[in-house]
Amino acid sequence: MSRVHVTCTINGDPAEFLCDGGQTLLDALRDEVGLTGAKEGCGTGDCGACSIVMDGRLLCSCLVLAPEAEGTTISTVEGMASGDDLHPLQQCFLEGAALQCGVCTPGFLVAAKALLDRNPDPTETEIRYGLAGNLCRCTGYDKIVRAVQAAAAAINES
Amino acid sequence: MTVTEPKPSYKYVGTRPVRHDGLEKVTGRARFAADLNMSGQLHGIVVRSPHAHARIVSIDTSEAEAMPGVKAVIIGDDFPAVEPGHRQYDMCINVIARDKVLYEGHAVAAVAASTRDQAQAAAAAVKVEYDVLPAVLTIDQALAPDAPVLHAHMMTAGANPPAEEPSNISNITRFSGGELDAGFAEADLVIEREFTTQPVHQGYIEPHACVADTGQDGHTTIWCSSQGHFNVRSSTATLLGWETTRIRVIPAEIGGGFGGKTTIYLEPLAVALSAKAGRPVKMVMTRDEVFRATGPAPGTKLRIKLGVQSDGNLVAGDAYLIYTNGAYAGPGGLLGAMTVFESYKIPNFEVEALDVVINTARSAAYRAPAAPLTAYALETMLDELAEELGIDAMDLRLKNAVAEGDPSTMGFPFARIGFVECLEAVRDHPHFTAPLGPNQGRGLAAGYWFNIGESSSATVNLNEDGTATVVTGSPDIGGSRASMALMAAEELGIDPHDIRPVVGDTEAVGFTDITEGSRATFATGMAVVEACRKMVVELRGRAAKMMGADIDDVDWVDGQAVYTGSDGDKDPLSMAAICAKAKRTGGPLTATGSLEAHGAGPGFAVHLCDVEVDQETGVVRVVRYTASQDAGTAIHPSYVEGQIQGGVAQGVGWALNEEYIYDSDGVMENPSFLDYRVPVASDLPMIDAIIVEVPNPAHPYGVRGVGETGIVPPIPAVANAIYDATGCRLRDLPMSPIRVLEAITANGGSNGS
Repeated sequence: MSRVHVTCTINGDPAEFLCDGGQTLLDALRDEVGLTGAKEGCGTGDCGACSIVMDGRLLCSCLVLAPEAEGTTISTVEGMASGDDLHPLQQCFLEGAALQCGVCTPGFLVAAKALLDRNPDPTETEIRYGLAGNLCRCTGYDKIVRAVQAAAAAINES
Repeated sequence: MTVTEPKPSYKYVGTRPVRHDGLEKVTGRARFAADLNMSGQLHGIVVRSPHAHARIVSIDTSEAEAMPGVKAVIIGDDFPAVEPGHRQYDMCINVIARDKVLYEGHAVAAVAASTRDQAQAAAAAVKVEYDVLPAVLTIDQALAPDAPVLHAHMMTAGANPPAEEPSNISNITRFSGGELDAGFAEADLVIEREFTTQPVHQGYIEPHACVADTGQDGHTTIWCSSQGHFNVRSSTATLLGWETTRIRVIPAEIGGGFGGKTTIYLEPLAVALSAKAGRPVKMVMTRDEVFRATGPAPGTKLRIKLGVQSDGNLVAGDAYLIYTNGAYAGPGGLLGAMTVFESYKIPNFEVEALDVVINTARSAAYRAPAAPLTAYALETMLDELAEELGIDAMDLRLKNAVAEGDPSTMGFPFARIGFVECLEAVRDHPHFTAPLGPNQGRGLAAGYWFNIGESSSATVNLNEDGTATVVTGSPDIGGSRASMALMAAEELGIDPHDIRPVVGDTEAVGFTDITEGSRATFATGMAVVEACRKMVVELRGRAAKMMGADIDDVDWVDGQAVYTGSDGDKDPLSMAAICAKAKRTGGPLTATGSLEAHGAGPGFAVHLCDVEVDQETGVVRVVRYTASQDAGTAIHPSYVEGQIQGGVAQGVGWALNEEYIYDSDGVMENPSFLDYRVPVASDLPMIDAIIVEVPNPAHPYGVRGVGETGIVPPIPAVANAIYDATGCRLRDLPMSPIRVLEAITANGGSNGS
């Protein structure tokens, strides 16, 4: 079976990879591109652990076929920090102990960034609904919500 | 918020540094088991039974073996035979079925191929002929006189008189204290209630995964997601009939466990496939497989009778508990019996608990196994008693709560415990007296878990620059590495970030039991402290050599060797200075601690929950939640709070939504996060965690395990709150909208009673 050649932009850099026509974008990112930050928790779009942003839209990369990435611009958790500087969300997750096992954390960070990009000053309720597509089984969400609040405040101050 | 009784002042213990493994986890660089790939790796897929109960007539793998890319196919007969009575018989035949499948999803074969697609295609081509047997799916079916028997060898343990015929009851636990009949005779009020609950899943976000690489020399290395890699080693060795030294297990980061990763499923299959193919084999479960084939917590039927005097003194308790453990013997009923009456002074009691097997996946531990369900029954009944007697629910609990010196139902007297302090912390919290809105109700409930000790090992290595590496054998499932570093920092007197806490593989550190029973920070922490204390003696000796002094004249103060003798002044020596000269004073600085930890202090928790009930739809929304818990001493308070908050969220899901649903053939109908709905952020409010610190006398820093107790009170707290809001007592889980609505309707509409 011939493979599909995909050209796109990932975390600001030009990227290309070969994939199978039926391969998910999540599998292509993990197995072809080597970016394993996005995780597969369910494979059915219910847990959000594979969250990425593609052309400005937050989505579950397990629900996207890899060839659909042709010509798109993709951001993953690996692109959030710039050099040595963590994104304020990453910093606030660390300082606020907003992760335990950490397997859902990349998805939460990507989803939270997408939320703050479109709503820089969300209420607690808006944060909770904005992150309702991401499952965390460890934290009870309390410290995650607080970390997003702290990051929003930090971004708005700067 | 922390309630603290006088304790030593610590420099590092009780602070909240950024966890050492945090940066990798917020940047996507942390390596979980499914993130690992080996050169030349194959992909392994499990062939699973579509039937809940069937005899395997034949397995034909020839077509699968001939398919493109297929390098190995294995079935149960490829493993050494095991007979009933074997120490790990259940584990062995659960990992791969032999003559019978016992639940839908039971592994019957496994395939390794060059790609996952090829492996999946080959798995579908494995031909298994089944002789389908009637499935036993409920407790009532399992106990029926003519029930099909799952295991022909299962003679009920603990039966009196001894069992003469095999049955589906694996175990009966009985114990008692006082005189039950006399106790009930003293009671002014007696109530008896029955409850049913359904199996629920731990719901860790990371599916089980491993990679095994077996060399031509017959040695294998396994990278896996597990709560206990030494257990993975021993179980794999047992199943394969291999010597332990042939197996090295390297723990990957683990994406949640909650008890569900204390057993094994994939690793021996991956090793066997790898050995047969001569290539590394990676196996990753799908979520569907996780639901169908791994660790639900038991379902139950519970009947409890309580007797109380008019002043609120509990005088008698009688419990009859039945727990399903899935298709194999399990400890659900035993653990329920050990916890049901443990929190309160009940002088006359009897407990009988049955462990029952049914044709569903083998149960695995889930956070304080069994205790949330006995608490559900007991704590909602206490609410009923309080209302009947006109006594405040908090006062009833305070009056009967166990304290230091009181006998437990297990017979031993409690050491210093913090149950009363947890009750008082909630009573004194503003939430306790805050007004409620329309359609809202408030529920109070307590919970108990005994916690365990077990074996732990730790090694402390000092580096040339005076920094330290702390290696333990405890997989970190909730921030325990940070706790190890904090305790080591306190002992050594150096900054926690000058210490690197590491989880060592099975060849890098001494034997360590599974991270379970809330034991890691308690028991492995003790091993770290022991190693550090040996290291401090060594450091004093090295410094004494450098100073030309006697070791008895050198103290270790704040990370420095300080001369206390009378031979004039000598400059203190820092850790770095001593490490720099290590080659000249006796060589590398390393110390180990290994121990069997005793005295795991019991954990108590008290929760207060406000719900709002939609009287037209039955939807229950948790609107405020406060939870106190005795941590003994909180080493890293943020992660203690996290354990409490996480337990609350899981308990609320268990109370309101979560359940396994099977069709009449025993096929699971909701094996996805869409249909098995765990709480999301918009389902929950902030969870106010109150850390109570009543130090555990058996631990050098007073630690009590905190991982499990927090899941015990939420179910009854929610149930009591629903009652307060609706006047309806719900005694069947989950308290889903349809059940709540039925109860409201049966009760004559909203707020009837």
